[in-house]
Amino acid sequence: MSEIIGTIFIVIGLVFDIAGCIGLIRLPDVYNRLQATTKSITLGTCSILLGAFIIKGFTGIGVKSLLCIMLLLLTAPAAAHALSRAADISKIKAWEKKDALS
Amino acid sequence: MKTKITLFIISFMIWMLLDWPLDIQHALIGLLVAGVVIFLTRDIFTQSLRWGPIRTFLGLGACIPFFFWECLKTNVDFILRLLHPKLPVNPAIVKVKTTLKTDIGLTFLANLLMLSSRGICIDIAPEKDMLYLHWIDIKPGDHQAAAQSTVDKFEKKLKMVFD
Repeated sequence: MSEIIGTIFIVIGLVFDIAGCIGLIRLPDVYNRLQATTKSITLGTCSILLGAFIIKGFTGIGVKSLLCIMLLLLTAPAAAHALSRAADISKIKAWEKKDALS
Repeated sequence: MKTKITLFIISFMIWMLLDWPLDIQHALIGLLVAGVVIFLTRDIFTQSLRWGPIRTFLGLGACIPFFFWECLKTNVDFILRLLHPKLPVNPAIVKVKTTLKTDIGLTFLANLLMLSSRGICIDIAPEKDMLYLHWIDIKPGDHQAAAQSTVDKFEKKLKMVFD
C-alpha cells in the first residue's frame, strides 16, 4: 500500500519537473525562467523525495530524503534571489508582451 | 555564546539525521565533529542571535498549512499557463509596499513569495519598505493590485509571528 502512495507522489513530482523544464524553454526572459525553474522544480523535487520517504519509511534513505527536502526549501529561493538580483544589477530589461505580435 | 550553542545543536542534529540508525558510537563521533565545525566557523557566524519566544515557533508551525495550500494552487496555475499553447503570461516589474521591519521577517517574506506566489523578489529598497517584484500576471488595466493584495495577505500571517 505504501509503495502505491509513494509511486503516486513520485509521478506527480515528475509531472511538475517536466513542466518546469518546458517552461525553461518556452518562457521569454531570465526572470520568467527563474520563476519556472524555482517554483515548479522545487515542488516537484520535494514531491519525489516525499515519495521516496513514504516507500522506505524511517530507514536511512527515508530520513535522508526528509533532510534533503528541508535543505532544498531553504536554499533554492536564496539561489534564485541571487541570480535575479545579479540580472537586475547588470541591467537586463524585463520582457513585456506586445499586443500586436501576440 | 548562544549562537555557538544553537549552531552546535543544529549541526549535531543534522549529523544524527544523516546517520539515521541511532547508536552511541556515531553519537560520540558526531559530538566531536560538531565541535570541530563550531571551532572552524567561529569567525563566520559572529552576529549574535536572539532566541525568540516560543510563540515564534508555534506561529511558524501554524502558518505551514496556509502556505502549503497557496504553493499548491500557484504551482498548478503556473503549470497550466506553461503548457497552454498561447502562453498566457503578462510579466512586469512592480514595486509594492511592505510593513515588516525586521530582517528575518523580510527574509521569510521574500522566500515565501518566491515559493508560493506568482512573483519573484528582485530587490529590497534600502529603507526596507519597498519590494521590487517580478510578477507573472499583471493585467494591463490594474497596476500591481494583484501583487499588492497577495503581499498584504502574506504579511498579515507573518506579522503575527515576527512582530
